[in-house]
Amino acid sequence: MGRQIDKHTANVLVWLLLLTAPYWMSWVGGYTELGSRVLVMALAAMALNFLLGFTGVLSFGHAAYFGLGAYGAAMTIKYLVPSTPLAILVGVLAGTAAAAIIGAMIVKLRGVYFAMVTIAFGQVFYFITFRWNNVTGGDDGLTNWNRMPINLGFTKLDILHNPELFYYFILFYFAISVALMTLLLRSPFGRTLLAIRENERRARFLGIPVERHIWLSFTISCFFVSIAGALYALLNNFVDPRALYWGQSGNFVIMAVLGGMRSFWGPLVGAVIFVVLQDYVSSMTANWESFIGLFFVLIVLFFPRGVLGIIRRKATS
Amino acid sequence: MSLLQVDNVSRHFGSLVAVSDVSMMVEPGELRAVIGPNGAGKTTFFNLISGFFPPSAGSILFDGKDITSFPVHKRVAMGMARTFQITEIFPELTVRENLRIPVEVAVGLRLSPWQSRKSDTEIRARVAELMELGGLGAKADRLVGELPHGDQRATEIMMSLALKPRLLLLDEPTAGMGDQETYDITKLIRRLHKDQHLTIVLIEHDMRVIFHLADRIMVLAEGSILAEGTPSEIGANESVQAAYLGKAA
Repeated sequence: MGRQIDKHTANVLVWLLLLTAPYWMSWVGGYTELGSRVLVMALAAMALNFLLGFTGVLSFGHAAYFGLGAYGAAMTIKYLVPSTPLAILVGVLAGTAAAAIIGAMIVKLRGVYFAMVTIAFGQVFYFITFRWNNVTGGDDGLTNWNRMPINLGFTKLDILHNPELFYYFILFYFAISVALMTLLLRSPFGRTLLAIRENERRARFLGIPVERHIWLSFTISCFFVSIAGALYALLNNFVDPRALYWGQSGNFVIMAVLGGMRSFWGPLVGAVIFVVLQDYVSSMTANWESFIGLFFVLIVLFFPRGVLGIIRRKATS
Repeated sequence: MSLLQVDNVSRHFGSLVAVSDVSMMVEPGELRAVIGPNGAGKTTFFNLISGFFPPSAGSILFDGKDITSFPVHKRVAMGMARTFQITEIFPELTVRENLRIPVEVAVGLRLSPWQSRKSDTEIRARVAELMELGGLGAKADRLVGELPHGDQRATEIMMSLALKPRLLLLDEPTAGMGDQETYDITKLIRRLHKDQHLTIVLIEHDMRVIFHLADRIMVLAEGSILAEGTPSEIGANESVQAAYLGKAA
């Protein structure tokens, strides 16, 4: 019972902090765009964790679907229709469709083999965007476009020039995605994923077609990561091949593990630490990645359950 | 009609012949024991029946239907459930959660992304009923990984039972147990067989358990059938005594 109340309090606290972020961020030395970046990365890390933490399958190639979401959105605005919602829709469809096809080819693999193949497929997309200069802009990225104001009929939301408004725009997508993930994880389907994580053999012999469920989990996870990718392109008004690079996939894994992959909010905590550290340290040294690396190693060595794992242990002891 | 009919199955791994030309008929409501010395191919035989891997030759019929090439989950859906020699459970979930998953799969909810209040209530009731039957009621909210071996075994058997199987395959249910635990599990199996008329095939080493429970016994040695019959026939069989009971006694 006490644990239930704690969980409830934590949820209320997280949502309160997120809803009021633009008002207190400047007090702690932040700025609204940093908050937007945290939300996007947190959504990507939580999406990855749907697969990693709640199905027990490690993907090192989620940047591919994140990047497809980003390029899908950017190219829609640049070449097709100057509409932000449509751009997100196209990006998400592109990322999810690619994940569904690739997922079907690789779900029989396990562990390191699965992770390696996800990297390989990810790099295929990276090189396509890198080489296909006249469409993707190649190494220079896709420039000369920007997110479009949202026309609601009775009013226009100028998310381009109003960073606070854009923060809430991202929070809207974040909230819907998180609500859907929560719903799925609490459902009978979500419990079959936990079963696979806990003991694949037992899950199979309880009548769960394990490959089909891993495929579903992979595709759902990539659906959410491509939403994050589309929002990432809109946030920067720019996208380049680094969004699909396997290093980016690694960053998502780091965020999830750093925050605690067994807790629902763990990847959010990891994303906050990662993005803030990146922002703060990179203004002082170009070697910011070694600091994040060091921090990551220390956490994994001493607190294998991540930052939220420490807090939880303190709370129960 | 037999519930399970195994026709001349063989399985080899490279040049090693693990199971050679074994046939078996199990009637509805029967409790069949499979015994034999270590390395006789008992577990391999179970793996063939339950679909862990396919036989190299031969066929398997369940309820009159050829299931030789069926994947595991289809066999489970037809009513076949099994436990393992080394307990296979969900260690970081509670007893309640461990049982809830198969209960939901059994009523066809495994792909359901939401659940009605009514379905939730029904499933909780069924889980409670299973915990009661397995003597796990007091440990409902404990993590299964933290429980003693006997309770883990009971959880695994109840998980299989949650699927409402027509055939239950038990691979050495009393392995590694003390006397009291062995007695409790034996009592549980006996109750499932006598009260619920469940058809059970079990591999076992403990002779007290076998002679107490089994209707018929099949003896495997070096991958082949050495003998088959009632407990008293097997007890009197000289080649069985030589190969197996003689060594044990």
